[in-house]
Amino acid sequence: MSAADDQHEEEELQAWSLPTSALGGISLPAALPERVTRDWAWGGSTGAGARVCILDSGVEAGHPRVGALEGAFAVSVGPDGEAVVVEDTVGDECGHGTACAGIVRSLAPDCSLFSVRVIGSGFTGSGAILLAGLGWAIEQGFDVINMSLSTTKREHAPTLHELADRAYFRGTMLIASAHNMPVESYPWRFSSVTSIGSHELPEPMTFFYNPSPPVEFFAHGVDVEVAWLGGATMRTSGNSFATPHMTGICALVMAKHPDLTPFQLKSVLHATAANVGAPDG
Amino acid sequence: MADADLRAAVAAGVLGVEEAHRDLLRSIADTARAIFSARASSIFLLDEERDELVFEAVSGEGSKSLLGRRMPSDTGIAGWVLIARQPLVLDDVGGDPRFAKDVAEATGYVPSGMMAVPLLHGDEALGVLQVLDRKSSRFSLAEMELLGLFANQAAIALHLLGRARRARKAADGDASLAPIARLAARLETLPPERQQAGLALLEALERVLAT
Repeated sequence: MSAADDQHEEEELQAWSLPTSALGGISLPAALPERVTRDWAWGGSTGAGARVCILDSGVEAGHPRVGALEGAFAVSVGPDGEAVVVEDTVGDECGHGTACAGIVRSLAPDCSLFSVRVIGSGFTGSGAILLAGLGWAIEQGFDVINMSLSTTKREHAPTLHELADRAYFRGTMLIASAHNMPVESYPWRFSSVTSIGSHELPEPMTFFYNPSPPVEFFAHGVDVEVAWLGGATMRTSGNSFATPHMTGICALVMAKHPDLTPFQLKSVLHATAANVGAPDG
Repeated sequence: MADADLRAAVAAGVLGVEEAHRDLLRSIADTARAIFSARASSIFLLDEERDELVFEAVSGEGSKSLLGRRMPSDTGIAGWVLIARQPLVLDDVGGDPRFAKDVAEATGYVPSGMMAVPLLHGDEALGVLQVLDRKSSRFSLAEMELLGLFANQAAIALHLLGRARRARKAADGDASLAPIARLAARLETLPPERQQAGLALLEALERVLAT
């Protein structure tokens, strides 16, 4: 579907008020149960059908821990600031994107993985490419976009904020790495994004809700064994590795409950966090 | 030139800013190495005009001959850390021969583990600090916090010195202001009584200019 078709469909779906005659038309099938358990959320799910985008340094396709990619794209910015997206023939020259893809695959083995490479055109243009790449990825209607990147450029904050809100209302969950340094950075601080920090437990499926945001959840981000270039593995630490753990969990939930909105998905994450209530299993 | 820049230019005239810059970078690398009981530490600064990372300082193991070496700003771990604004900790890097070779080319030896953290000040990204082969075997969040705090302090110092450097360049290039920076530097080196006399003369000049 082209972006223009998407735009058209979106306009048709937008409602600005609720006349009584329209009441019958807003019945939604995806309801949360009386008690949201981990078993309800992702029990039996392998991620099959969930579409996950790794917005990063590219991904080494065919790595034993990554497997096949459904698509790999590279983003640059054209003369008028528009996103230029081509099939990515370079892959990953850093290793970080491959590590993230491997983490998602380890939790959601059957999800559909896509790579959108926004690194590889120097530092100077990296902010514009990040915005263009994120904008393009949102148009593709992924269920989850993993964004272990941030920018400190204030001039990019308003656009990132608009993009994050757009993703939220289009049904794409944006999972972003929080910063653990005393600096302002974006987009993880926005409430339409789900931001991730690290806990120290060696448990990939364990995550905590943070009652003191802006960091909203803590996931496995210390001493993580990850895929690296050339089929290798490495032990790593950092919020940028906690983030794909949450992305993998979201892929499991979305595969089982494809109609959940980001708003509901975040509620499910809250309800199934290890420190909230007494969730099952 | 703005008032603040002029004051910075005068300070730069006094400071001997290039030497201070080298000393500061070296001191940051030394301190980072000491904090984490590491075998080596290195600093890459971003040259925004050429969009390159420059290997500016090293402490401990690693070849000093690599100092000044340049690479594209999005290369390898340092490039990712700079662009993503996120710190990374990598262990067992020897498992990936290509990666180990890349790191060795950038640092002068093959480490088994490294931490890399962006040097950020406000919305500026100034460069990347790397700490190689720290002593502790298992990484902890406390270390990550320490790394972040130290990187922040280092970035503040680099920012201040960078500003003095730019101001000095501007003053040197501005014929009407260069004498003021030189005058400040000269005054600083005079014995106290001559310095007092010089300052009295300047105050008199200020009064004349104010009328």
